Amino acid sequence: MASEVIEIKKQAKSTFKEEVMKILPEGGNLNLCLTCGLCSSGCPATGLEDMDPRKFLRMASLGLDEEVLNSNWAWMCTMCQRCLIACPMKIDIPALVFNVRNRWPKETQPKNIRGSCDMAFKNETCSAMGASEEDFKFVVEDVLEEYQEAQLEFAEMQAPIDKQGAEFFLNQNSREPVTEPDEMVPLWKILDIVGADWTYGSKGWAAENYCLFVADNEMWEKNVRLKAKAVDDLGCKVWLNTE
Amino acid sequence: MREGKLKVNSDWNRDLKVKFTVQDPCQLVRKSLGDPIAEDLRFIVKTIVGEENFVDMAPNRSNNFCCGGGGGFLQSGLPEARRYYGRLKFEQIKATDADYCITPCHNCHSQIHDLKEYNQGKYETVHIWTIMCLAMGILGENERTYLGPDLVDVNPYPS
Repeated sequence: MASEVIEIKKQAKSTFKEEVMKILPEGGNLNLCLTCGLCSSGCPATGLEDMDPRKFLRMASLGLDEEVLNSNWAWMCTMCQRCLIACPMKIDIPALVFNVRNRWPKETQPKNIRGSCDMAFKNETCSAMGASEEDFKFVVEDVLEEYQEAQLEFAEMQAPIDKQGAEFFLNQNSREPVTEPDEMVPLWKILDIVGADWTYGSKGWAAENYCLFVADNEMWEKNVRLKAKAVDDLGCKVWLNTE
Repeated sequence: MREGKLKVNSDWNRDLKVKFTVQDPCQLVRKSLGDPIAEDLRFIVKTIVGEENFVDMAPNRSNNFCCGGGGGFLQSGLPEARRYYGRLKFEQIKATDADYCITPCHNCHSQIHDLKEYNQGKYETVHIWTIMCLAMGILGENERTYLGPDLVDVNPYPS
């Protein structure tokens, strides 16, 4: 794609790329680019913001830190790793993007992602929609009762919450209990039919973790640890996160 | 299913011949468990809809294109960019001529559903559990939100 030539006004040295390389295994191979363009040719974000993965990496290599760190493109790359799998040198461009997101001040990050990250800690549920332990318990029990009564084959079906020692701890995305609770039911039925020993947890039940998307390392770890603790506290063997 | 605990087959679709494709979620396949889980996914889908009614997208498995719902894009407040990103996915789904796209990932479900609405496509977007329960004849009326008119009355439950 033809675009304007970027003039480098002074001999710049990338400090940002060097910093990112220090924290990635093998430095993310960020110095190994052959400029072949396999990354960009298979990237759906190519062309957005007049940017593509190769250009993003080249700009970082050329020390255009300000341009790289301020590019809105970092929020348009989904970090899907299609470029990484295609790259003959296995350059971790998604990790570069992640660390650009990380450098954005909280108040300038996309406010809905940031808000969903922060909301997860309003309760001990990790729900990005702010649903509490009581909200979740009420919806699950209400929906279960309705189906037990209406569908006779499932009169004995359970959707346990806080069942100590269950084999599987199942997370649930907030969207279902909050906006379309009937969508929880088909999975309950499948678990019922196979006789799975499973449970939800009143704490840490929500599957989502938006803190990963704003690249907030402290907060995404906190989110994961809250959920992991909920699994451990119930003594469950397997943690099923459907995200 | 492999242990025989879930008795499910594609008899319901033998005469209907409703066509399905599947979106390989980046997080599940490329970023986590790789091509083996993509094969498991195809095993499940082919079993419940019939092998002859399954059409793969291209490219697929670990080479699959992201739909544009990941990484927080759905919540980023950049709908124009997100839909531009998703135009390739929309075209790939369209090229399969499938009536349904099964999305095993929550973000994929939202994005692919939105791409269909935005581009006025003809496919429907469904979770895998919906079709599995439909195939087993245990999908109730209120669990059919994402089924199209062609399937909304198929295998009703309670019958």
